[in-house]
Amino acid sequence: MSGTYAVRIGIQRGLREFWQSVKSSQDQGFYIFTGLLVVGYLFLRRDADVAGTDLSFAAVTLPSLLGLLIAFGVVIGPAYALAMEKEDGTLLRHKAVPHGLRGYFTGQLVFQTLSLLPQLLVILVPSLLLFDGVMADPSGWLTVAWVIVLGLLATMPIGMIIGALVPNSQKVGTWGMLPVMVLAGISGIFYPIQQLWGWVQVVAQIFPMYWLGLGMRSAFLPEEAAALEIGGSWRTLATVAVLGTWAVVGILLTPPLLRRMARRQSGSQVEAGREAAVQWVR
Amino acid sequence: MGDIATGPVVEVDDLRMRYGTKDVLTGVDFGIEAGEVVCLLGPNGAGKTTTIEILEGFRTRSAGTVRVLGEDPASASEDWRARVGVVLQSWRDHPRWTPRRLLGQLGAYYAPYATPDRPRPHDTGLLLETVGLSDQADLKINALSGGQRRRLDVAIGIVGRPELLFLDEPTAGFDPQARREFHDLIRRLSAAERTTILLTTHDLDEAERLATRVLVLAGGTIVADDTVDGLARRIAGETTVRWRVDGQAYSESVPDGTRFTRQLFSQYGDSVADLEIRRASLEDAYLSLVQQHEAGHGEAAARLFTEATS
Repeated sequence: MSGTYAVRIGIQRGLREFWQSVKSSQDQGFYIFTGLLVVGYLFLRRDADVAGTDLSFAAVTLPSLLGLLIAFGVVIGPAYALAMEKEDGTLLRHKAVPHGLRGYFTGQLVFQTLSLLPQLLVILVPSLLLFDGVMADPSGWLTVAWVIVLGLLATMPIGMIIGALVPNSQKVGTWGMLPVMVLAGISGIFYPIQQLWGWVQVVAQIFPMYWLGLGMRSAFLPEEAAALEIGGSWRTLATVAVLGTWAVVGILLTPPLLRRMARRQSGSQVEAGREAAVQWVR
Repeated sequence: MGDIATGPVVEVDDLRMRYGTKDVLTGVDFGIEAGEVVCLLGPNGAGKTTTIEILEGFRTRSAGTVRVLGEDPASASEDWRARVGVVLQSWRDHPRWTPRRLLGQLGAYYAPYATPDRPRPHDTGLLLETVGLSDQADLKINALSGGQRRRLDVAIGIVGRPELLFLDEPTAGFDPQARREFHDLIRRLSAAERTTILLTTHDLDEAERLATRVLVLAGGTIVADDTVDGLARRIAGETTVRWRVDGQAYSESVPDGTRFTRQLFSQYGDSVADLEIRRASLEDAYLSLVQQHEAGHGEAAARLFTEATS
């Protein structure tokens, strides 16, 4: 009875955190910065075409970048939040109230999911206004929706697991940011994946980021653009299979890992985090 | 009193804790009855925080038996959590929340545990008023001063109307005014709600003001378990009397200050001047203990005080 009650409190918590984030100038600044970066990058190359086709560079790269930003936001966001809130006592506060951890993780899920909205909006709205032929066929929005949902399920557990495992928030850079950047470099976001060595292509295709980008391209681009992809196809079934596998593994693995992490939370750990942070500042 | 436990609220039997090869607790025994305010004292590194974290269910003990409100905290249910309050020392969590929202949010978890004689949670507005945060209720938490933050910590600890409250060094970093207000709050909590309270502190004055009973943790065990008065009297054992007769200063340590002073007056009458009678304080008692402990005679101190108790 109190368990489902806690989920309801968690949803309220997530909504509140989202609202506070949207109102905060720090987060607004971050959204606008990424929006300017992405749209600016595409705008500078607005007249370029992809070699051998009549597709514009902007049209091909935008969906890939959206895929990247979703993966980035949903991995680094929860990883950083969790690492931070382990240190500052947020998690411990929830451990001290009945069913509080269930509420806390529900809140994280809601907040991190909602945080994608402003992120996507600041990029999509100016892009649709500035560039032609961004969405080849309106039915593509349906594909956008399921790719995002499946991509979220596939990548958010990774972020949570990184956040649970890192010893402190400064390590999120090494264990979260770095691998995500490397994957971004090899997942066919900025240039076709076929330009890379065969084994690098294999590595990239193990992880969800490549498939998120591919799924987004399949949603935005016309059918004939599939010729640019590996095997000349959107490989929709493979996309569902890979992202689905990550999602299932993540959903099975995350709860016990989070429970294990929460069990180790204590006041002394928070105190140690505080002392470490104070030294960091000095 | 409805769902309020009668009899022992906390029972600790031969509690042991070992970190790696270092034994921090080597057999801690004590009990706390409903309604008591118990203060756990001890030098740095004696294991006060470890002990309280084990009782809170935040740390797994190495050995021994622990019962808190009838359950083992290491495997206690979420229902048990609803009856226990923990005052945490936070430092930067929830910076964008306001005290009112955070209290409302965390208090909501207790609503399913309300009973007719113990409505849960506390009303947010009243609670904020009680801890003196009404004026800051709608400010962002990162705008609060250190003392205000700690008062919010206390409010969060008691929002679920706990039957048992744990506080680990609650007034560290308080100014004297904030400390006084905090002591009033704890006394009210104990009197009005019959909340059983266990707190750790370095501040002996605080222990003297608040505690109905004091436990001293040293050398990995409880070396003293008594009321503040009883402890002070037994450890130092004596009262210091100072006086002057005809300009000559005298000082005497005696077991019974009252009787000694009466004799003094019957002997010297009006020529006794500058009389000062000072009972041994908790501080004297505590310092003599810590000195022995710090000098590496912890074991001896433990034996000494065990003998004094028996």
